[in-house]
Amino acid sequence: MISYAIQRVLFALPIALGVSLVVFSLVHLAPGDPISAILPNEASEEMVIEARREFGLDRSLIVQYGIWLGKALQGDLGSSIGNGRPVLDEVLSALKHSLILSLAAGLLACLAGVLLGLLSAGLGRSRWQHVVRVVTITGVSVPHYWLAIVLVIVFSVRLGWLPPLGMSPDSSAGWRPDLNHLQFLVLPAIATAAIPAAIIARTMAASIQEILSRDFMITLRAKGLPRSRINVHVLRNAMPTTLAAIGLQIGNMLGGSVLVETVFAWPGAGFLLSNAIFQRDLPLLQGTMLALALIFVLINLLVDLTQSWLDPRIRRA
Amino acid sequence: MSYLHADGGAMIRAGGRHAAWPRFMKQKAAMAALCFIAAICVLAVGADIFAPEDPYRTRVAMQFADIGTTGRLFGGDELGRDILSRLLYGARISLVMAIVPVAVALVIGGALGVVAGYRGGIVNSIIMRCMDVFYAFPSVLLAVAIAGALGPGIANAIIALILMFIPPIARIAESVTTEIRDHDYVVAARLSGAGTLLIVGTQILPNVAGPILVFSASQISVSIITASGLGFLGLGVTPPHAEWGSMLAALRQALYVNPVVAMLPGLMIFSVSVAFNVAADGLVRALGTKQ
Repeated sequence: MISYAIQRVLFALPIALGVSLVVFSLVHLAPGDPISAILPNEASEEMVIEARREFGLDRSLIVQYGIWLGKALQGDLGSSIGNGRPVLDEVLSALKHSLILSLAAGLLACLAGVLLGLLSAGLGRSRWQHVVRVVTITGVSVPHYWLAIVLVIVFSVRLGWLPPLGMSPDSSAGWRPDLNHLQFLVLPAIATAAIPAAIIARTMAASIQEILSRDFMITLRAKGLPRSRINVHVLRNAMPTTLAAIGLQIGNMLGGSVLVETVFAWPGAGFLLSNAIFQRDLPLLQGTMLALALIFVLINLLVDLTQSWLDPRIRRA
Repeated sequence: MSYLHADGGAMIRAGGRHAAWPRFMKQKAAMAALCFIAAICVLAVGADIFAPEDPYRTRVAMQFADIGTTGRLFGGDELGRDILSRLLYGARISLVMAIVPVAVALVIGGALGVVAGYRGGIVNSIIMRCMDVFYAFPSVLLAVAIAGALGPGIANAIIALILMFIPPIARIAESVTTEIRDHDYVVAARLSGAGTLLIVGTQILPNVAGPILVFSASQISVSIITASGLGFLGLGVTPPHAEWGSMLAALRQALYVNPVVAMLPGLMIFSVSVAFNVAADGLVRALGTKQ
């Protein structure tokens, strides 16, 4: 297990390097001169040259990448063009908010996903199976940003039960786990959790179905094992696949909630990213992307290790 | 993700691909979904005929008009334009953005995967490690970031979506190709003097096609949700063109005034997405393919 873990970590390193290369290239994919986003339109020729030198844009791309990577490794992601604050600080505080939302949504998605997965796999009554299948196929098809709007219409506009946007009652961005703050979390968490819950349910159901068709299930039934004991075997075997789906979904939530965070003006990493895009704040865009992708790599690594710890057969070569 | 049938996981293999269509037709839900998609396609293509009004014609008096208003059957938008007409015209872009990225990624990703799997060795390593890097981004985030870096526009959004769909398709194509590359019938074909192109065309592709087609079909709904999401963020079409995602974003202003109208574009995205998913599920069952 330890040698496998080391092998996976070593495998993740070049991936992380590749990720940094993609993130760096993103800015140079952009049409036009990145400098035009930094300086006002009426900037003089000298100012442009000066700014180019200051941002290192006069050197070759490889050198630029090297310098950027070197600084990034030391935790220096540059400063935001918008407000001049260090990108790392901005990203970290946004990530904290995204983490709160992802944890809440992840918990919700896990509970709902596993419950629906069990029901639709037919371990319960078959009458439910049909209903649950409709629910899960609806769940994977729902545009989550639209669901967010519908939730706001129903629970904020019509019923007035929950706040339509923001993260806390006062504008100071602090978040505490009390009732006043939790009510802001409910709608974003539901909107974020919908698709992941359905994906987890479908993956789990498919995995259970596949296990039920294996030969050892016939053996277990043939030797007269009661149904409840058989179910224990089924669940234990379905665990690694389900866990992988859960891990992947939580990783996706952290970075993929751009849209939900935008609808609810939730000041997380996704919201930060979309702001960076529209203000053409390139250092902030790069920094946020890099942080989110590296966290995703880390989560995938952890999922992989947990999965292979639970089920050594699936270790990758 | 593996998909198996409710009847204890028995795989339908007998009859092969040729019997797939009759099996698909037997599934009422999948057929209904297919008919719905076809109807939307017809409405989109014939928007010039079906749309009751010019989708760009603004009328201040009709701003956020209610559903059922004369001349604004599905209500009016923030500029008083006819929402029904804009939904019909918007279906064109939304459908293109649902299908084109997946279709292009199917070709590129499939080709990359087959080449990687068939050649093996260093070629495989180079191609698949590149795919791994793109896999290392949450998919929606990748699409948003690429579209954001390239700037707004349909073409840029489609490029972003293509890049999002290539890695998973390449992975499936690669694993199937690697699996069958050394099977006896492929080796036999090689020994009989068949060239690489012929072997890939007659032995590899028929085997790879099933799994990647099934997977791609299931991704069309992901594509429409993500594409409309890009439009919603303002990274898709540029105004005044109609597209469901950007319409949904613009109608957020009507949230308090006329919530039902504000939900309509999203309802379209949702129903088309459900239809594609139900149809893709039907395809899986009809082919009896294990993903």
